Amino acid sequence: MRQIFAGTDGLTQSTTIYCPGCTHGITHRLVGEVLEELGVTGRTVGVASVGCSVLAYEYFNCDMQEAAHGRAPAVATGIRRVLPEAVVFTYQGDGDLASIGMGETIHAAARGERITVIFINNANYGMTGGQLAPTTLLGQVTTTTPGGRSAATAGYPIRVCELLATLDGPAYVARTSTHNVAELHRTKKAIRAAFQAQLEGAGFSMVEILSTCPTNWGMDPVRAMEFVAKEMTATYPLGEFVNWRRGN
Amino acid sequence: MAERILLKGNEALGEAAILAGCRFFAGYPITPQNEIPAYMARRMPRVGGVFIQAESELAAINMVYGAAGAGARAMTSSSSPGISLKQEGISYLAGAELPSVVVNIVRGGPGLGGIQPAQSDYFQATRGGGHGDYRTPVFAPNSVQEMVDLTMEAFEVADAYRNPVLVLGDGILGQMMEPVALPPAREAPLPPKPWATTGAKGPGRRIINSLYLDPVVLEQRNLWLAEKYARMRGLARAETVGMEDAEICLVAYGATSRIVKGAMQMARREGIRAGLIRPVTLWPYPTVSIREAAGRVEAFLVVELSLGQMVEDVRLAVDGKAPVHFYGRTGGMVPSPREVLEKLREVAAGMGKRRVVAAGAGA
Repeated sequence: MRQIFAGTDGLTQSTTIYCPGCTHGITHRLVGEVLEELGVTGRTVGVASVGCSVLAYEYFNCDMQEAAHGRAPAVATGIRRVLPEAVVFTYQGDGDLASIGMGETIHAAARGERITVIFINNANYGMTGGQLAPTTLLGQVTTTTPGGRSAATAGYPIRVCELLATLDGPAYVARTSTHNVAELHRTKKAIRAAFQAQLEGAGFSMVEILSTCPTNWGMDPVRAMEFVAKEMTATYPLGEFVNWRRGN
Repeated sequence: MAERILLKGNEALGEAAILAGCRFFAGYPITPQNEIPAYMARRMPRVGGVFIQAESELAAINMVYGAAGAGARAMTSSSSPGISLKQEGISYLAGAELPSVVVNIVRGGPGLGGIQPAQSDYFQATRGGGHGDYRTPVFAPNSVQEMVDLTMEAFEVADAYRNPVLVLGDGILGQMMEPVALPPAREAPLPPKPWATTGAKGPGRRIINSLYLDPVVLEQRNLWLAEKYARMRGLARAETVGMEDAEICLVAYGATSRIVKGAMQMARREGIRAGLIRPVTLWPYPTVSIREAAGRVEAFLVVELSLGQMVEDVRLAVDGKAPVHFYGRTGGMVPSPREVLEKLREVAAGMGKRRVVAAGAGA
C-alpha cells in the first residue's frame, strides 16, 4: 500500500478550533512542514499571540510561549537573545500585529531581530466577532464599521510589508495568499525563505499571508477565497518586498 | 570584611543584579532610574549578558517575559509612570509563573507627576497593580547596601517561587552614594528550570502560558497560585529599632525610615520614648511585628512620602488596639527629621491628655 498523506512532525495531533473554510489550519500545516523539512522542530521556540490563533501553542509541535496581545515580537526578542541557537518564530493576526502590536512589530524589524513572523491578514478581528482591523478594506463591512469602512472616519488599510520594506533591519519580507494551490506553494516557499533568513543570521523576516474569514465575512468558503483573490489582492499586492539573497 | 566602595544606589542595584546571575536586562529611559540601564548597557556585554533598550515599557517587560521563559535570570527597571505601563506584563509574568525582577525607583504622581522621590506607588506595588488575582513579593531597601542585598535576594525569591518580585526604591536611594560591601558573585549553578522553553519537540515540549479558557481549570489554577502566595507569607520581614521600651511606634519604610530614625533619636532626647518598625518587605506585610507592638505601645505614627497608603496596612494590623496617626509629604517633597519630631510631640501630647481622661474615669 502506498502512503499518500501523513501528518507533519511540525504539528501536534490536536484538533484545531478554527472555523470551516478558515485558512489558519492550512497555514499551520505549511509552517509545520517547513520546520520539519529544515530539521529544526526540536530547537524551535514559537510564540503564540492573541486572536483566533491564541491556542497555537497547542498545535505547533515545539516549545511555545503565549504572549500578551501585540507583544509577541518583544517576547520573541527576549527568547532570541537568550537562546542564540534556537529557531524563534511568532504567529500573529492583523489586529495583534498591525494594531495593538505595531510598535513591537516595527521595532523588532528595525533591530533586525533574528526572528520569523508569520502574519495572518484576514482583514478583521476574527476571535472577537469581526471588528474593524487596520487591514480592513475600504468599504468592507465589520461589526464596528456597519456601513462599510469609511476613510473619513476609520482611515485607510495599512500595508505592513511595504511599511517594513522601508527599514534596513528586515532580511526577508513577502506577501502571499492562500486562495488557490499555486498560491499555497508560493506561501510555503516564502515561509521557508523566511526561516532560512533567520538560520543564516540575515535578520528579521516576515511573511504576510492573505487569509479567509468566512464566518465573520458572512461568506461561504468558496466566495471567501474569491474575495481574497479579487478584493484583498487589489489592496495588498502579492510578492517579495525584501529578499536578502537578491540584495534588496 | 569585604572592601567597602562608594556607589550610587542605582548603579549598586545594577551590579547586584549581575552578581546574582542576571544576564538579561531590557529597559526604557525614565528619570530617576536612568543610571540602571546605562550601567547595564556597560556591564552586560562584559559578562556575556544581554542589554536591550526597548522601544517602550510594554516591550521591555515582555522581553523579560520571553527571556525569563527561556530560562534566564531577567530584570527590568523603571519609575512610576513606566511601571504603570508594565503592569500588563507583570500580571502575565505572575499568571505564567515566570521568575523575574522588576525595579521601581518611585517618583511623584499621579500622571506624569514629577521626578522627585515619592512612595505613592505602595498600593500599586502591594495590591497587584495589574489585573487578576495575583501577588508579588515587594522588597523595600533603605540604603545603598540594601539596594544590593535585597536585589540579590529578589532573584533567589523569584526563582524559588517562580514569581515576579518587585524592588521598590525611590529617587533618594537611587541617586545617593553610600559605601557598600559587594557580596561575591553567585557561583552556584542557577536552579534547574525544566519548564523553560529552550527548544524541544514531542511529548517533552514546554508551554509558557496564562490562558485557561475552562473556568473550572482556571479556578483550580488560581487556587494553586493562592497556595503559593500563602507560602510566600513567610518572607515577611521588618527591622525594629528602640521598640523595647517604646510608647510610640513609628512605622516607615525605604529612605523615609532613615529620616524617621533621626526624628526618633531627637524625640528620645526629649523624653518621648519612640521606637521604629521598618518593614523590609511590603508584601507580604510584617503584620505580626505591628500586631505585637499594638499590645505594648500607646500610639502609632506612620510616616510616608504619600498621602497615606501603607498606613492602611498598619491599621489592619493594629485592628483598633491603639490610635494610628499619619504624617506624609507628597509630590516629591521630603520631610525633615524636625518635621517628624513636631508630629511626634503632638502625638505624645495627645497621649498625655488621654492618660488624664483615663485616670479621671477610673477615680
